[in-house]
Amino acid sequence: MSITSLQAGVNTVTEARTGTTTRHPAPRLRRGRRIGLAMLSPSVASLLLWMAVPLAMTVYFSLIRYNLLYPGDEPFVGLENYHYFLTDEGFVAGALNTLWLVLSVLAISVIAGVLIAVLVDTPFFGRGIVRVMLISPFFIMPTVSALVWKNLLLHPVSGVFAAVWRLFGATPVDWFAEYPLLSIIMIVSWQWIPFAVLILMTAMQSLDQEQKDAARLDGAGPLAIFRHITLPHLARPIAVVIMIETIFLLSIFAEIYTTTGGGPGYDTTNLAYLIYSQALLQFDVGMASAGGLIAVVIANIAAFVLVRMIGRNLTDKA
Amino acid sequence: MLTLKQTRRLRTLLLGTLAWLVALALFFPILWMILTSFKTELAAFASPPELWFRPTLENYLHIDERSDYFHYAWNSVVVSFGSTLFGMLLAVPAAYSMAFFETRRTKGTLLWMLSTKMLPPVGVLVPIYLLFKQFGLLDTKTGLVIIYTLINLPIMVWMVYTYFKEIPRDILEAARLDGATAAQEICRVLLPIAKGGLASTVLLSLILSWNEAFWSLNLTSSSAAPLTALVASYSSPEGLFWAKLSAVSTLACAPILVFGWLSQKQLVRGLSFGAVK
Amino acid sequence: MKTRLVPVLMASAIAMSSTAWASTTVTIGTVNNGDMVRMQKLSAEFEKTHPDIRLDWVVLEENVLRQRLTTDIATEGGQFDLMTIGLYETGLWGARGWLTPMENLPASYDVDDIFPSVRDGLSVDGTLYGLPFYAESSMTYYRKDLFEAAGLSMSEQPSWDQIREFAKTLNRPEQEQYGICLRGKAGWGENMALVTTLANAFGARWFDEAWHPEFTGPEWTRAITFYTDLLGQYGPPGASSNGFNENLALFNSGKCALWVDATVAGAFVTDPSQSEVADAVGFALAPKEVTAKGAGWLWSWALAIPSSSDAKDAARAFAVWATSKEYSELVAERYGIAAIPPGTRLSTYRNEAYMNAAPFAAVTLTSLERADPNDPTLKPVPYTGIQLVSIPEFQSIATQVGKLVSGALSGSLSVPQALKSAQAVSEREMKRARYIK
Repeated sequence: MSITSLQAGVNTVTEARTGTTTRHPAPRLRRGRRIGLAMLSPSVASLLLWMAVPLAMTVYFSLIRYNLLYPGDEPFVGLENYHYFLTDEGFVAGALNTLWLVLSVLAISVIAGVLIAVLVDTPFFGRGIVRVMLISPFFIMPTVSALVWKNLLLHPVSGVFAAVWRLFGATPVDWFAEYPLLSIIMIVSWQWIPFAVLILMTAMQSLDQEQKDAARLDGAGPLAIFRHITLPHLARPIAVVIMIETIFLLSIFAEIYTTTGGGPGYDTTNLAYLIYSQALLQFDVGMASAGGLIAVVIANIAAFVLVRMIGRNLTDKA
Repeated sequence: MLTLKQTRRLRTLLLGTLAWLVALALFFPILWMILTSFKTELAAFASPPELWFRPTLENYLHIDERSDYFHYAWNSVVVSFGSTLFGMLLAVPAAYSMAFFETRRTKGTLLWMLSTKMLPPVGVLVPIYLLFKQFGLLDTKTGLVIIYTLINLPIMVWMVYTYFKEIPRDILEAARLDGATAAQEICRVLLPIAKGGLASTVLLSLILSWNEAFWSLNLTSSSAAPLTALVASYSSPEGLFWAKLSAVSTLACAPILVFGWLSQKQLVRGLSFGAVK
Repeated sequence: MKTRLVPVLMASAIAMSSTAWASTTVTIGTVNNGDMVRMQKLSAEFEKTHPDIRLDWVVLEENVLRQRLTTDIATEGGQFDLMTIGLYETGLWGARGWLTPMENLPASYDVDDIFPSVRDGLSVDGTLYGLPFYAESSMTYYRKDLFEAAGLSMSEQPSWDQIREFAKTLNRPEQEQYGICLRGKAGWGENMALVTTLANAFGARWFDEAWHPEFTGPEWTRAITFYTDLLGQYGPPGASSNGFNENLALFNSGKCALWVDATVAGAFVTDPSQSEVADAVGFALAPKEVTAKGAGWLWSWALAIPSSSDAKDAARAFAVWATSKEYSELVAERYGIAAIPPGTRLSTYRNEAYMNAAPFAAVTLTSLERADPNDPTLKPVPYTGIQLVSIPEFQSIATQVGKLVSGALSGSLSVPQALKSAQAVSEREMKRARYIK
């Protein structure tokens, strides 16, 4: 803890004991600033440490030729690692796939999430169980859900989908070969719709029922209520969903690793997977470090754009 | 002609049925996994898939014989609850400070925190491995708790921050005017109001830690290995393994699933923003 | 699960009381295939006779295990005392000095009984670095019943062209019976193992004498065109995501007429508890084409001790036990003689009881005898290894090429496109690694 935070702590204690707090807002605010800083600093400090040490090492590694399988041979190579990463066959495909994956899953999960949240908002028989079932997929480990989808559902011979297809006389679809990216999007959406539902469902609880009733009495139809009351109310939770999902979707990895291994070709390789294949198949730490740093830059650009778009919803008080 | 009441009842019935259908569709993969875990390996691969079959416990018995489930489960529990606890201890004050004492740098700090999430774990595996080796943290629960606390912290700060932001400032002002200290303010005023939001943050952190499979596989070997490592040991490269894998997956997901189900009720009940608005 | 509690408590009580005199813990990192799981079960016997050694198991899926072990050994993490590693790693890591030489083995262990090709593969400059737990080559599995019904007959070593004819005749997708199953899932240990042996048979090689890759040459083009046609036309749907395991499942459930894959599968396809076609399987050597050289691969899982281990003697004691004749006898006694870990010891194949009980043993033996990593291809090469090239870069190159080949198989890339990219990728990597300018 920093000195400021200690002082702040002491101040609070003495003040609490003596009860001599001033009631003027101005000094309170200044003291508040200090308390604020003190409370923020542990988080910031630990994250700084977490960021700084590995990051510094990563930057250093990215500038040397460092392959785990060639110990002792680590010359400085300048930007060679960056060059090789950026000109990798899979880089452009990886960047595009990352973009597609993030955008489609975001769209699917937010739209489905809103609809489902609205759907389960009115009481009906067994609502509790329905809610539980709706959010359950989110509790399943990514590896497990990928394995279940791949082997039990989408398998072109013994999967459930194939059986349904055959039931209707259609030829079973070979999902991972014919629609590889779509299959991945399906799996990932299945995992993240529940997250959107969870957040939006709880947010619906705080929607003012009276407001809705009043609007209904004024003759507003369900669609109008949805558009003018529900959606604006959900704006901030939707922003939260988008923000958090983006962070995780940018680094989707387990699902790809377990199902398609980035293939066929580069059809399902995203940046996270590309870096993985370089780091852990090749054990080329130099290149993986360069790739990691490039991914950070890309992710930050994405975050910046995103915050520009939805940021107002997040930080400003409505 | 239907009366208003009847229309409404009909609508509820229709919407309810629809909700049930959607929920069943989303839940189906999990249900299927659980069913498969009670099949024999041959039945699990049968085509067309068998809906009616003779349930068997052989997969569970096999797992019980081969690995010590409780060892892994205990590690998962300790690591995810430990990291969630530390995460909340760090996140709540930070979010409080950012939500109520906003400065010019608040937005920047928030963004920066999030950007720490964006460094792909594979990119920093070797640095972390070397550091962990240096500090003797390899294959320890402490090591995993540290890692999970740090990787989940940004998300937790964000979530708590947004929930705090929901709280009308007048309530805080009122408390302040009554002479409450910062600590009192957090404990007596903020936490009760934001209970639901905090609960969902805790739940999210628990789930993320429970399901995290990169660090847990790479930084542990035996004594600190959590359930994700157990699952990884059943995705076999040889022989039929779907049924066993389903069984071990069911076992690995069951605790957090049940926990989620139980807390979900509390969650929805606890979220009472409407009351304070 | 409730019944479990008592044994757990008892076990922990025993564990606690035994820590007083159990001086050494050996942490074993191993892959989770059938034979290894069996070894884990039987290891209780070892612990009984070696009360001073405690075994700690880390069982992981192959790819995860490989990355885990490599990270640990390269950073000298010291997390493992005994590792299950492949032929490929043993050679590379042994040469780096990361492994402890397997010296001073007891006379009863009889090192000379190990297949010479396997022993060579696990040695660097004559020093043995890993004890083979099992070894495999590849061979052709076919359905005798279907062959008979269609009036076909299999030769001792068919050619790929013959295989194609067989597959064509026996392909009946409407009955979910497919002409041939082959690996299509991308990975250097998955599709590339098969594809490389197929390419070898077509006279191709990974690199010429000056380490230049040859993917755009006529041999590779013919081989990959043949492979994608064969599997695309007469293979099961989803072939591009089928690895060893998926194909085994398909074959065992009677959906494949032919299958070319690892010899270890012999024990699985003939085991009635997991195979619906246990009695109907025939065996032949892996197919040849313009040459029989390098048509069948050579692979072994071996136990090796990292130099960073602090329990080397205890680890060696266990490795010796788990790969000994005594262990084979133990497996034979508990699980039946056909379940003996195959491919490591000549004496196993001199045992008549085994040869009779295991219908696949004779072909396995011939395949292993013919596999020569030092002379793998028609044209000369600068490397050793049949389905692999024993340089550290191979994993990464073959992984990328494997993706491209599976792309060609699924149809998302054309064969010339895939091969052109494969050539570019491998040239790039070889340049980066300073093999070529």
